Amino acid sequence: MKKELANHTMTEQILSLNAGRKVQPGDIVTVKVDLVYAHDGTAPLVISAIKDEIGLERFEPKTSVAFFIDHVAPASTVNAAEVHRKMRLLAKNNGINLYDVGRGICHQVAPEEGLVRPGYVVFGADSHTTTLGAFSSFATGVGSTDAVVAMLLGKNWLKVPEPVKIKFEGSIQKGVMGKDIALHLVGLFRAGSMTGKSLEFDNVDSISIDSRMTITNMATEVDADAAIMPTDKKLLNYYKFELGMEVEHITPGPRAEYADTVIVELNNLEPLVSAPPNVDNVHAVTEYEGVEVDQVFIGSCTNGRLEDLEIAARILNGKKVKTRCIVIPASIRVYQKALSMGIIDVLIKAGCVVGPPTCGPCVGAHLGLLASGETALSTSNRNFPGRMGHKDSKVFLASPATAAATAINGKITDPRGYL
Amino acid sequence: MTVENYVIRGRVWKLGDNITTDHIISGKHKFAFIDDVNKMLPYLFEEVIPGFINKVSPGDVIVAGSNFGIGSSREQAPRLIKLSGISAIVAKNFARIFYRNSINIGLPLIEARVIPDITDNGDILTIDLKKSIVINETKNVIEQVKPFPQLVLNILLNGGIINLLKNKGLDAV
Ligand code: SF4
Repeated sequence: MKKELANHTMTEQILSLNAGRKVQPGDIVTVKVDLVYAHDGTAPLVISAIKDEIGLERFEPKTSVAFFIDHVAPASTVNAAEVHRKMRLLAKNNGINLYDVGRGICHQVAPEEGLVRPGYVVFGADSHTTTLGAFSSFATGVGSTDAVVAMLLGKNWLKVPEPVKIKFEGSIQKGVMGKDIALHLVGLFRAGSMTGKSLEFDNVDSISIDSRMTITNMATEVDADAAIMPTDKKLLNYYKFELGMEVEHITPGPRAEYADTVIVELNNLEPLVSAPPNVDNVHAVTEYEGVEVDQVFIGSCTNGRLEDLEIAARILNGKKVKTRCIVIPASIRVYQKALSMGIIDVLIKAGCVVGPPTCGPCVGAHLGLLASGETALSTSNRNFPGRMGHKDSKVFLASPATAAATAINGKITDPRGYL
Repeated sequence: MTVENYVIRGRVWKLGDNITTDHIISGKHKFAFIDDVNKMLPYLFEEVIPGFINKVSPGDVIVAGSNFGIGSSREQAPRLIKLSGISAIVAKNFARIFYRNSINIGLPLIEARVIPDITDNGDILTIDLKKSIVINETKNVIEQVKPFPQLVLNILLNGGIINLLKNKGLDAV
């Protein structure tokens, strides 16, 4: 079938191969699911569905399953601790891989562990599962029951989305990051505009793997079903040198048909912010320069990677932050690499608080919450009222470069003056 | 819901556009009671309709605008709506994960174009899942909506995907 599919989009190729028949947009199909995961926010309902609704204490997962303890980790309440305990028990009894407290955020750890490969269909019980599309997979966010079905059956149903092509041209300028590309796309398309569509990226060569993940991460803010980057040399090298793995290639055929094609001129892009109260309220950082902030957060599955900490350290090197600045590496591996490169030292000397790998302030549940009337600038992905604390707090979203420059001044700052 | 009983009739709670999963149940309350969905019920629609859980009656329906359920993958959102007694949601369109989650737990979601514009709080709505029609009895408006795909209808008529698998076997999906 591979040959037959050679002229199709990546979405159609991956879903056809996993459905065992040629599919097209709009079809409702049952596909093999190669990886399923859940975290401590979504696992409670996974566990109650398996134990209470189906009545199974033990089962054999029909596919690769992983649990991550990352949202309220380490536990800040007894309720969270109970959830963690149940997750460990279910994992142990059923041969599920468990990534415990401190290991990192699911969307970061899954690729680091080589759990995802080009051509995979991934059902993650978290909306930002689209992140894994940076590895040429069809990775889609689902709820707990969907995850249970995929675990028990090794398959699940979906509606084949309509692929939309996003072609990059040129390359980004100094001080502009993958996050600015992501914010640009969210501002361009607007929230909720891509329901039933998959984004397929073209000409990504100039974009680092870390930045690719930032872009696919935020595809869920426009409600895209999936966001897929092609397998190129950079990705193959990543698998080869970071993971020691040889993988399949997934690239669109030359005559692949798209519902729409959007060209993004990277040369013209400048640092952006998403201003409260909506993620698609995207503006040039220069429009908000000078707005005072009470907290800066650098981290999350959007921007807690090595490249993010590295640029923050470059900007903060030898400087002092004027506002509280929380830095949280997205995984223990990122943390260790940053440590060995001296990045963490620079950040601490600048006055940042460096926390253990966790979702942390992003999710507004256990760490770095905002008081009423406070404003934060965060590298995470959502900024609706109350996301990071009190309902009368405000969140601006921006790149780690903008975040670091903002921390130095205590007010929103264009990072280009610092690079 | 059973196959014989696919007609829903109820009083409307009218909501606007872009109701996020955080409007339905905020992350704060979700994580505070993460181990027990029932304890989250008092906080359902906390900022949108204060005291909702004390005002809603079994069988009521929600009518909303576009992008209902955008945001997170939390299944607590549709589960709480169902637990509160709401029998269906009619909106211009739904976020993808919310849509799947609702269908999977047997909460019917209906995409309609006209009904959301002409419906007010307190109107009486009738929904026929098999005939794919929504009737606003108060306003005397009938809308033919897109029929559910067969699989989705099967899931709904079995009261959710877990029940479908239990009733029809593991090959039902
Ligand atoms: S970092 Fe934030 S967006 Fe990412 S998985 Fe955690 S809570 Fe969700």
